[in-house]
Amino acid sequence: MSKQHITCTINGDATEFLVEPGITLLDALRDELGLTGAKEGCGSGDCGACSVMMDGRLICSCLALGVEAEGRRIETIEGMAVNGELHPLQQKFLEHAALQCGFCTPGLLVAAKALLETNPSPTETETRYWLAGNLCRCTGYDKIIRAVMDAAAELRQERSAA
Amino acid sequence: MAKVVLSVNLSEQFAGGLDSFDVEAANVRQMIRELDKRYPGLGSHIEDKMAVAIDGIIYPHPARQAIAPNSEVVIIPRLPGG
Amino acid sequence: MNVTVTPPKLAVVGTRPIRPDGVDKVTGRANYGADYKVAGMLHGKILRSPHAHARIVSIDTKRAEALKGVKAVITGKDFPLLGDMELPMGEAAMNVGHISENCIARDKALYQGHAIAAVAATTVAIAEEALELIDVVYEVLPHVLDVEAAMAPDAPLLHEKMLTKGVTPPAEKPSNVAMFMRLARGDAAKAIDASDVIVEGRYDTAAVHQGYIEPHACVCTYGADGQVVVWSSSQGQFMVRSLTSVIAGIDQADIKAIPAEIGGGFGGKTLVYLEPLATILSKKSGRAVKMVMSRDEVFRASGPTSSSVMTVRAGATKDGKFTGFELDLRFAAGAYPGSPVFAALMAGLAHYELTDFAIDAYDVVTNTPKVAAYRAPGAPISTFAVESAIDDLAIKLGMDPIALRVKNGVKDGSLATYGVTFSDIGFHETLESIRNHEHYSAPLGPNQGRGVAAGYWFNAGGESSANIAINEDGTATVVSGCPDIGGSRASMAIMAAEVLGLPIEKVRCTVADTTAIAYSGLTGGSRVTVSTGAAVVKAANDIVEQLKGRAAITWDVPVDQVEWSNGAAICLSGDQKGEKLSLADLAYRFGRTGGPVANQASVNLHGIGPGFAVHLCDVEVDPETGGVTVLRYTAAQDVGRAIHASYVEGQMQGGAAQGIGWALNEEYIFDTDGKMENPGFLDYRMPVASDLPMIDTIMIEVPCRNTPFGAKGVGEVPIVPPLAAVANAVRAAIGKRPHSLPLSPPRLHALMANGH
Repeated sequence: MSKQHITCTINGDATEFLVEPGITLLDALRDELGLTGAKEGCGSGDCGACSVMMDGRLICSCLALGVEAEGRRIETIEGMAVNGELHPLQQKFLEHAALQCGFCTPGLLVAAKALLETNPSPTETETRYWLAGNLCRCTGYDKIIRAVMDAAAELRQERSAA
Repeated sequence: MAKVVLSVNLSEQFAGGLDSFDVEAANVRQMIRELDKRYPGLGSHIEDKMAVAIDGIIYPHPARQAIAPNSEVVIIPRLPGG
Repeated sequence: MNVTVTPPKLAVVGTRPIRPDGVDKVTGRANYGADYKVAGMLHGKILRSPHAHARIVSIDTKRAEALKGVKAVITGKDFPLLGDMELPMGEAAMNVGHISENCIARDKALYQGHAIAAVAATTVAIAEEALELIDVVYEVLPHVLDVEAAMAPDAPLLHEKMLTKGVTPPAEKPSNVAMFMRLARGDAAKAIDASDVIVEGRYDTAAVHQGYIEPHACVCTYGADGQVVVWSSSQGQFMVRSLTSVIAGIDQADIKAIPAEIGGGFGGKTLVYLEPLATILSKKSGRAVKMVMSRDEVFRASGPTSSSVMTVRAGATKDGKFTGFELDLRFAAGAYPGSPVFAALMAGLAHYELTDFAIDAYDVVTNTPKVAAYRAPGAPISTFAVESAIDDLAIKLGMDPIALRVKNGVKDGSLATYGVTFSDIGFHETLESIRNHEHYSAPLGPNQGRGVAAGYWFNAGGESSANIAINEDGTATVVSGCPDIGGSRASMAIMAAEVLGLPIEKVRCTVADTTAIAYSGLTGGSRVTVSTGAAVVKAANDIVEQLKGRAAITWDVPVDQVEWSNGAAICLSGDQKGEKLSLADLAYRFGRTGGPVANQASVNLHGIGPGFAVHLCDVEVDPETGGVTVLRYTAAQDVGRAIHASYVEGQMQGGAAQGIGWALNEEYIFDTDGKMENPGFLDYRMPVASDLPMIDTIMIEVPCRNTPFGAKGVGEVPIVPPLAAVANAVRAAIGKRPHSLPLSPPRLHALMANGH
């Protein structure tokens, strides 16, 4: 099967790559582009470790094809810190010890960022349900939820200060 | 004389039902040899498969561990964690 | 809310600094097993048995070899026969013959999913296509999937010559019972029969998987000179080296095992599945080979823990003193012997003072995937039966469940069921912390119930090594040999910083490959913080002595006139009395005062205190659907000394969450042909964020005298109480005793409707 030429934007940068039609977006990001932050935990859209944003929408990249990236805007974990400065979510995850093995962390951070862009003041229940698609086996979710809500509070403060 | 206690059913397999003995030994290796003399096979079974607790401290591979004159020695299975 | 009951403050130990490897993990930069790439790398895939039990009559790989893009095909014939060989591997010996056969079958397929052959090809798609071109002729045999079927008189035998070990007189007829063990004292039957109250019950649990989110993955390169590099995520690069060496038939010195970051293990990555296969595929093809399990393969072919059948009988006096316990444990080991039933036997009653008890344990093989260690292996299962029985005793006696456990719980000086005498333990303090917690007396509503359970786990010590070097600018580098699963690099940095007197930001930690550090045992058994910590502390203490020596040379005073405090040498006498030289000052002068300052320390640590945990759980049961909501959860534990408090809490919360999943929803579901029907995260239902409340923790610090700063292992005991805590809460909510896990809605619904 011959590879297709894809042009898209990844983390703000114009990007081109070659990919066979049957390859998932997850594998395209990891194998063609070396963006290994998104992980395969299940390959069936059940664990969220592969979460990325496509045109502003949170998706499981294992359920999309690489060719679907054509003309689209993709955001991955690698684009979350800007100019070397961690996003408040990333910083709060570290402060709250919201990660242990760290394998689910990129997917969780992408999903949490999508939450806060949709709902800047989520309750604990809203946060838990939004993140229900991101499995974590190490933490029991307690510190993750605290970190997300703390980051939400900090972002609301920054916004009102601005 | 150190007191040696077999915790699991080794006593039935090797020692005819006896599960506690007095053993003269300065270290675990000597204890194993002495037990093997009294009950053939017991000593090497302990060396290969069992851990030894001396006065409350568990040693998975204790060959040269010292045994004090009044030590309490318990033979227990080696257990892996996860 | 988290509460710590704690002894005097130290400068760094007990604080909560940001872990040194954290930024890599929140930015996606950290490299796990599947993130590694080598130029020209091939992709390996495995052909797996469709049958639960079959003789392999023949394997023909010619058609697969002929497919364009396929560079190597292997079967069991490409590996040495190891028989029943055992290797000492840290805490307990591993039967390498079995692990090798589990990696790739020889004459029999023993479970659906058992690896039969493997292929390396230029793309994953070609490798998968090649699998379909391998022609295997099987003679299908009858199979057994659970303990009771496997123990039945005419059960089909997995290992036709296997005789039960541990029975007297010695076994003569082969069976599926690999081993029997008995732990007993006094006369349990008589003691129970004479009791004021007696309870009994039969309990069973389904197999569950460790559920790490990262599937097994490795990249292996076999060079033309026979030098092998193995990159894999595992719980021990030295274990990977040893097992790959023996299974593939290669000298250890020719193997460099590099530990990738690991995406969860919980015991399930304390052995190998892929590395020997990828190594031999690499040898045959002359190229690097990457192998990654799919989630389906992780479930079908990597070790879950045992399913079980248990019976318990217990008695007590009318004031609540336990008189006796009888416990019968039968655990499924999967295809090869080695279930954790003997640890379950040792741990199940270890937290209570008992003069009369009898525990019988059977390790039974079944045509299901070979079990692997899962966090406090065996203990959660036997504790489920024991703590359910104790709950029944409390109800019959009309006694508070904590009071009943306080009356019988072990303390310093108590004789453990397995024979040692306890010291430096905090079981009573842990029980009291739950009794005194506001959760214990908070009001409950309709269909709600509260359950409490206690648990015990051993905590291992063992061999670890660490290097510390002082850099030219006075900062420190710590190198150790145990993979970091839970944040141990942070704890190593904390301990080194504490001893050296440096701020935590000046200490960096790495985990080295097998060529760059001396032998270290596995990451598991809750041992890394204490054992590697002990090596770090030993190395750091020696460095402090060296630094004092360098200061003495600089000041020209005897070394006993130098004190080390807060990261600096202080001159105690002579012309320069009161002067200080910081680590940075000294480091600048290392070349002039004698050369680099560094040390390697290796330890073999013993005398680690065991762990005690007491968990409290509130549930609400939906009477129509049998669905269970966990409303509130509090976990208390004797942690010795919390080195990094946040990560200790994290272990408690993570263990509790796994236990809750085990109690409520997780199970292997097999069809009648022995095929797993739910090998994916949709139907193998682990807890998600919306299933759980916040998990409050109480850390009790009763220090152990043999460990750095009094720390005890903390990672495993938190999974021991939750099965019973949840089941006891459900019992309180519905008024009926659950006997069968998981308490999924269909089961609970039937229990409420029919009583069973």
